[in-house]
Amino acid sequence: MSLDDLYREVILAHYKRPHNHGELPGADIAIEGKNPACGDELKLQLKLSEGKVSEVRFSGHGCAISQSSASMMTDQLKGKTLDEAFQLAEDFKSMIRGERKAQMPGDLEALRGVTKFPVRVKCATLAWSTLQYAISEQRTSGRLATGYVER
Amino acid sequence: MTELQQVRYGQVAAPTANWTAEEVRHHFPILARKVHGKPLIYLDNAATSQKPRMVLEALNQYYKRHNANVHRGVHTLAAEATQAFEVARAKVARFINAPSPEQVIFTRGTTEAINLVAYAWGLENLRSGDEIVVTEMEHHSNLVPWHLAARRTGATIKAIPITIDGKLDLDQARQLIGPKTRLVAVAHVSNVLGTINPIEELTALAHARGALVLVDGAQAVPHMPVDVPAMGADFYAFSSHKMCGPTGAGVLYGRRELLEAMPPFLGGGEMISEVYIDRSTYNVLPYKFEAGTPNIAQAIGLGAGVDYLSALGMERIHQVERELVAYAYERMRQVEGLQLYGPGPSERAGLVAFNLPGVHPHDLATFLDQDGIAIRAGHHCAQPLMRALKVQSTARASFYFYNAADEVDALVASLQRAKEYFGHVLG
Repeated sequence: MSLDDLYREVILAHYKRPHNHGELPGADIAIEGKNPACGDELKLQLKLSEGKVSEVRFSGHGCAISQSSASMMTDQLKGKTLDEAFQLAEDFKSMIRGERKAQMPGDLEALRGVTKFPVRVKCATLAWSTLQYAISEQRTSGRLATGYVER
Repeated sequence: MTELQQVRYGQVAAPTANWTAEEVRHHFPILARKVHGKPLIYLDNAATSQKPRMVLEALNQYYKRHNANVHRGVHTLAAEATQAFEVARAKVARFINAPSPEQVIFTRGTTEAINLVAYAWGLENLRSGDEIVVTEMEHHSNLVPWHLAARRTGATIKAIPITIDGKLDLDQARQLIGPKTRLVAVAHVSNVLGTINPIEELTALAHARGALVLVDGAQAVPHMPVDVPAMGADFYAFSSHKMCGPTGAGVLYGRRELLEAMPPFLGGGEMISEVYIDRSTYNVLPYKFEAGTPNIAQAIGLGAGVDYLSALGMERIHQVERELVAYAYERMRQVEGLQLYGPGPSERAGLVAFNLPGVHPHDLATFLDQDGIAIRAGHHCAQPLMRALKVQSTARASFYFYNAADEVDALVASLQRAKEYFGHVLG
């Protein structure tokens, strides 16, 4: 186990210059995710067009792992249906837990090293769990969830 | 009748008067451990301290030879357990100079001790319009119980702000503590800033306005001589596990007349005098506040911890830590860009909260952990203080008397390398 497994160059690059960072006025889905144990917070905003994600932004603060994971996630969401987005989150979380071996798309593969740092798993999954919560709430209750709290 | 057997756990070999960290480290078996192949450098003592062999032996001996429930058995083990439990209470009372052991109530920890006061005293005495004065540097455990009490009674909460150098703003305190103030709840030592607060000035101020003072001593009792009556505290709370004792034990000290006037906190066995189907009368102090089977082994373990600390001498412990934190502060100040919080080393207890700009404290803590260095990162259960400092979180190195200067050197070297490691991308 080495620190370089965790802090890959591409992760630190996303941390320093996050993609799709900022506010998205008129978003169809807007939700804030928190991990009270460590204080990480992020806001996720999505616009939908014809059932697919057309625009996505995130903002917030947290460690390199949580912020880069959110940044990488936003890169992957555009053009996906909510079902596809939900499934990608499942796949990602399964990889982070060390269960899924298949290659992940884009930069996401860089986060696989988190599997060796169990205490940092929730940093990596915060953005994805927040996304899943927003989607599942809309599916089950038709309401827009505004907050997700990691436990 | 033969004499009752005592819980025997040996004694620490009397160290020289001017003992050093190197001379006492070997009392702590865990400090010989390695983490990620490196010698453990444990700098998270404000969260919990490590335990000397004496305390481990006390727990072991109690369970191996004396285990029984306290206060109600006629048999020998019950008598021995009761004696050991009460001897521990007397040791704790002497340690903080409480006038009598009845004023030492065993709780689960500082948090439960403060909740006891918030419920038993607060719900009984607070009214709508009353004010509770806290400070911006309080741990959540000295804030949330007051939120709960205030919500039920209609009392309001005000906070003494901190100054730019991380001390209590006493001018503001004089304004805030007024005729409506019923209670001032304040930390003796801040768990983030390390500030040692002027408790005597605050109790004088509060008492002059007719208010009581509860002191959260969790970060003070382990590290310096504490004379609770001398500082004028009406209530004083602290935890065993930060002072070489086990988790699960804590103490509430209270002034006798206050404790006697308060209704019980929890109801159940042990805290009663007589019980009928629809009513009961209560036991005397301290049992009125100790419902149910207490954490017997943990209280005895705390007693052993107090014996250990007393053998080393609290004056010497305080001195050793002051020298170490002065050294740490100076070394850390020389790390370019490192942001330190709180007052200068002459006015602080043995901990330093810090941030490396551009590097999140959790990433820093993971980096240091790879070097075997245990620090804490986060909001330290002090979110209002984080807001006052305008940060989301900080890293914190907290020392105890067994930490040596070469461990500070290792911390500083690791911080330098973390700066380089994250710096080449984060700039």
